[in-house]
This record gives sequence, C-alpha cells and structure tokens, in this order.
Amino acid sequence: MTKRHVRPYGDATGDGMVQVSFTLPVPHGPRADGAAQQLANKMGIDPAMVVHSHAIGDGFTFFVVYGSVNHIVDLDEVKVVEREYPLLSPAEVNSYVKKSLRRKLIVVGGCIGTDAHTVGIDAILNIKGFAGEKGLEYYRELRVVNLGAQVTVPEIVKRARTEKADAVLVSQVVTQRDAHILNTQEMSAAFREAMGERRPLMIAGGPRFDPLMAPELGVDRVFGRGTTPGEVASYLVHAIKEKV
Amino acid sequence: MSLLDLDPKVVATARRLAAKAAEPVVDIAKAHTTVAVERATLRLAGITGADTTHRAGDIPWVNRVVDTVREHCGLEHGAVLPVFDALARNDIGTLTELAEATAAGQIQYTVPTGAAARRAAKAGRVAIARGLRQVDRNRAQRDKLITKIGDPPQRPWIYLIVATGDIDEDVVQAASAARAGADIIAVIRSTGQSLLDYVPEGATHHGFAGTYATQENFRIMRAAMDEVSKEVGRYIRVTNYASGLCMPEIAVLGGLERLDMMLNDCMYGILFRDINPIRTFVDQRFSRAMHARAGIIINTGEDNYLTTADAVEAAHTVTVSQLLNEHFAHEAGLPNELLGLGHAFEINPDLPESFRMELAHALLARELFPEAPLKWMPPTKHMTGDVFRGHLLDGFFNLAGVLTGQSILLVGMMTEAVVTPWLSDRDLAVANVRYVLNAAGNLSEDFVPARDGYIVKRAHQVLGEAVDLLDRIVDDGLLNAIGDGTFGLMKRPQDKGKGTDGVVSKADGYVNPAIEMLETGATK
Repeated sequence: MTKRHVRPYGDATGDGMVQVSFTLPVPHGPRADGAAQQLANKMGIDPAMVVHSHAIGDGFTFFVVYGSVNHIVDLDEVKVVEREYPLLSPAEVNSYVKKSLRRKLIVVGGCIGTDAHTVGIDAILNIKGFAGEKGLEYYRELRVVNLGAQVTVPEIVKRARTEKADAVLVSQVVTQRDAHILNTQEMSAAFREAMGERRPLMIAGGPRFDPLMAPELGVDRVFGRGTTPGEVASYLVHAIKEKV
Repeated sequence: MSLLDLDPKVVATARRLAAKAAEPVVDIAKAHTTVAVERATLRLAGITGADTTHRAGDIPWVNRVVDTVREHCGLEHGAVLPVFDALARNDIGTLTELAEATAAGQIQYTVPTGAAARRAAKAGRVAIARGLRQVDRNRAQRDKLITKIGDPPQRPWIYLIVATGDIDEDVVQAASAARAGADIIAVIRSTGQSLLDYVPEGATHHGFAGTYATQENFRIMRAAMDEVSKEVGRYIRVTNYASGLCMPEIAVLGGLERLDMMLNDCMYGILFRDINPIRTFVDQRFSRAMHARAGIIINTGEDNYLTTADAVEAAHTVTVSQLLNEHFAHEAGLPNELLGLGHAFEINPDLPESFRMELAHALLARELFPEAPLKWMPPTKHMTGDVFRGHLLDGFFNLAGVLTGQSILLVGMMTEAVVTPWLSDRDLAVANVRYVLNAAGNLSEDFVPARDGYIVKRAHQVLGEAVDLLDRIVDDGLLNAIGDGTFGLMKRPQDKGKGTDGVVSKADGYVNPAIEMLETGATK
C-alpha cells in the first residue's frame, strides 16, 4: 500500500531531492548562479545547489540544479483517467466485433489541419504498429481507411460518411498556437453538425493531449503519449458495447 | 580504402538495375510538363510579386499567368510561347505588367505559330538567359567566398535546424547556431507548405512549426549568414526544401538567392505527402537540373523511410532509394559532389548489436557512394521523452558518423519528439558533437572491421537484398512498386495524389528554353 503523502526520492525516503535544468537570459558569472539559486528557491527547492553552469553565447547561462523540494504530493488529490475498459487481445477484439456487428468495424483515420506528422496515426493504424503491438490494419474484423496527412475537416467528414465509419481517429502532433486543440474542436463540431446523433465515434490522439481533455475537445475519447494500438482497439470494442 | 570488400560486380549490377528501373520514369518525366515547371520557367524569366488584391490572399503573379494561359490555350506547348507572344502583341514591357493586365482580364493567350512563334521563343530565351546568368553569378560568388573565407575545418559538416516561424527570429537563432559551431543552417518550412501549389511572397513572420520558404526569406537569411560567415571565419551554408508541389520554383529561387543546399528527394513527395508520382518525377527532374546549374548540394530523404518502416528489415530499401536518387540526379546533370544522399541512425536501440548494424549500414552507404557528401540523420523514431537516454543515443549517432566518414551530420536533439529545440538543447547537442569529434575524430584511421566479421557480413547482406529488390522493381516497374508500398510501407498509385491535375502531356511543338539551356549549359 502506497502512503498518501509522498516526496521525491533521491537516495533516502523523504529527502525530496530533484534535479532541474534551465537557461536564464543572464551573462555567465556569479550573478547568474545567484539568479538560478533564487529561481530554484522560488520553485520550492531549498536548499538548492547550482551544480553546473555554463555560458550559451554572450547573454545566456545554462544551469543544472539539485536540491530538496519542500512540496508534498497528496496522492488522494491526483486525478487521472483510469482505463475504463479491459485490454483485449486482437483475437478477442475480432470475435466480439464479428458477433455483435456481424460485419467489419470501419475506422477512418488521418491527421487533420496542416499537420503533416503521420507518425502517431501510422503507429496506431499501420500494420507495422507500435511498441511491439500490430496496428489496427492487422485486425481481421476492422476495416481501416488511413487518409494520411493534412486532411481537411470537410474531407474527413465526407469520407467518414461514404465509408459509413463507426469510428474516426484523428492524430495531432503540431501544437503551435494550440493548433491541435482548435483543429480537433473544429472536427467534432463539423461531425455534430453534419451527422448529429448518427455521427461516428470520435477519437483524438497525440503526444500533447491529455485524456481529461475529451469534453473540451468535443470528442468521445482522447489518447495521449505512449498509447498502443491494442488500447485503441480495446476501447473501440468497449464503446460499441455501450452503444449497442 | 575499402573496408567492406564489396564485390564490384554486385555494385555494378545494383547500378545497372537502378538505371533500368528509372528509365521508363525518365521517359515519362521528359514527355510531360507541370504547372510548377512552367511557373519556374517564368520565374527565371523575371516575373516576381503577387496579386495582393485577390480575395483568397496574395496569389503570386506567376500563378495568375500560368493558370490563365492554361485556361486559354493549354500548357501542352509550354507557357513561354503564349506568354512572350502576348507580351509582343500587347506591346507590354515586363512580365509583371503582363501579369497585372492578365488579372484585369485584358490578355487573351494563344499558341503562336510560324514567325510569331519563333519571335516568342527567342524573346523567352533572352529573358530566361538573364535569370540563368544571375544563377551563374551566384555560383561564382559562392566559390569566391569559400576561397576567401574558407570551408569548415572538419568533416562531417555540422548541420543545424532553425524553425521559429518568423524569418527575423530565424536570423537570430541561425547566427547563434553558427557562432556555436554550425556549418550549415536549415530553415524548416512551415507545416503544410509542401502542399501549397504556389510559393508565398515576401518576408514572413507567421509560420507553423517552421518558416515559409519565400524568395525574400531566402535573401534575408543568405545576407545574414554572409555577415556571420565573415565573423566566424568559415562559409555558413544555407539550406531549404525543394520538395512538395513547388519543387521547380523553389529550386529556381534557391539559385537566384544563392542558397547552398536543398532537400530534394526523388520519391519523398510521393510517399510522405501523397503527391502524384508523375508530378513528382517531372518536377524533380527540372529542379535537379536547376540545382546542378546553381551548384547546390541536394540532400535526399532516405531517413524518412526508416521512421515508418523498420530500420533493420527495411535497411535495403534505403540503399535502393539511394541508388535511384543517384541515377535520377546524374540523369538531371548533378555530379557526385553535389549528391548528399541521406541515411539515418534509426535502429531500435533495444535490439542486440544495434550499433554494429548502424555501422554496417553507414559504411555501406559510404563505400557505395565514395564521392558523395553523404547526409547522416540522427535518431528520431526511438527518441522518447527520456532526454537522458536520447542524449546518449545521439552520442552514439555522432560516433557512428565520425567513424564511418559521413560528410554532413544533422545534429540530433535530446528533446526530439518533445519540443522544438530550445537554446540549451542546441547548445548541449553541439557540445555532444564537439566531444565526439575531439575525442574520436580520427578514430576511422584505426577502425578496420574484421574480414567476414559481423559488420562486413551485414553490409553484404543489405546490398544483396537491395539488388534483389531492384530486380523485382525492374520486373514490376518502379511506379507499380511505389503503388504497392515498397518504400516506407506507403502505397501510392500513379494516377492519384495531390497535384495530379497540374500534369500536362507535352505537345510536339513544346518549347521551354530553360530546359534546353539547363541541358546544354548555354548562357544566351
């Protein structure tokens, strides 16, 4: 049983030791080290040791700081989305889809907006897969339509319609100026407007998404960094069970 | 000196098969033109600027002209004949004035015949020759600056990326990167530019994850790096991207503004941007002829295959692509010293002997292409948020690069896949390279892989697999192989993809003085 209150662990319980590194726009020297010390203190690191600093160009200094942080973590206050469904093997996913839908489950996926990074969607959809798990194309009872990169919102809505998609997967890697959030919101609104209740399941994924963001994005489920194809496939089964 | 003892007969077979696989594609490329090739031709002839009154935003004049020519009389005969004929018939002085009149609906384009056609072709040639002489002057100027200021003292050259979205901020970052040790500065383009069917105009400040490639941005960066070159005592090379739907135009603009390197791959657009295969091969051929003229080193994109396919299983597809890139480049007039063939350090670090395999693959590229300035790309696929492990991996990448004599080293960032590089990330990354260069820069003198040892065997195996694959591609046809997902697992049929409608079959009377002058080297 984990204790409710914990502190970071360096080499002894409760020592609170952390390591941080950062750059300040201050020329290298004793004053810069003092500034780093002050910042660390304000971050709750006290005592703080500036163990390393070096100049980057004329006006900047890079620091490595070790020290004991005085904050305490209350595990009871930690809120995360716990996986709300059981993990299934590809065989289990296939057999459930076959039995309950009596046809293939259709998944349409792509990177929307100007995002050209297909690495995320490909890791989930391509047969090659990710982290040793095969992608959704490998599942016999899933039919996968991967639209690739830079798909417009109208395009994905149209394609989801013509393919009679059960689920739409979008990946967003680029986060500059919140593009990932705005794009996904635009997509979920478009599906609601075009298809209403008959809209497919909407799933968004990307390294900068937090599963807690689903309501804000207007989608059914959000997957963050490190998600594997098996988790997505298991979720699809779970979500159709809810629908049926 | 050969370390791998590659069989010259096998190497010759590989090259012969690559040439055979490429041949039908070269024929297709010669038989077609594209809207982008025609626009590039007119840009050489001096057309600049954009229509700022259009409601869709700034549309470059060259797009207005080429689109209108196509509407009125088609592009089967090229844009030069109708454009220079219209110039003469309407008694207009410059192409930009012609573009304005075109936008106002005052110009009717037709394909001239007889004496009018000969006059138009001649006038077009004179204008294009002026553009090409500018490119030639830039090339001479680069050579002069290199003689005066000097090349980097070491190999590999250190290649760093900036990607702020704002050209003014890029200049600051680039200058600081050069002072920190970068020999080559690449300005990453804004996400999505590769799919724009026009080149934006002017200095830009609002890109996404990169900065728009424009003629003015090229000029600003080159001018700034000329200053920094003098300060740091070595010629800082500037790189951009001739890929996507505007390959030929970017190539022209790079030549006009003395860029030094260009990303330019024969298949990247097809595979990773879903651009139509024919469009890509036609555009590629023109753009490479342009780079050859400008003395621009191309960087090919084989590293990309390994980000989607497995770096061990697909190692031979890199070799095949390098051989194809080499052939297409030679065919377009690029000599070996301008061939920055790419490859990457992308093997899963959890695999046993992963580093030995990396050495084998890197040495294979080195020995297959002894005169090419090979571009060595850092790990990305197996970089995670664990920046400490990433930094170590980058160190091994640097070591492999030094040990196998790579020519251009793109500096890996430990924050790859986390953030766009911070000031400190770049600083730590360059320190990593410097340590390896300093500690082991000449280790290649002592590095002789055991005959019939692991590295030698692995290299032979990959070359053998490459020959087998080339054999299949020759049987199947390169376009079919691309359609079947041979490279990077992407399937791209030849009649699909973005930019398909910009491809035009040439008519018998097609005229393009630029292509002719690029082929013959003529200056008038």
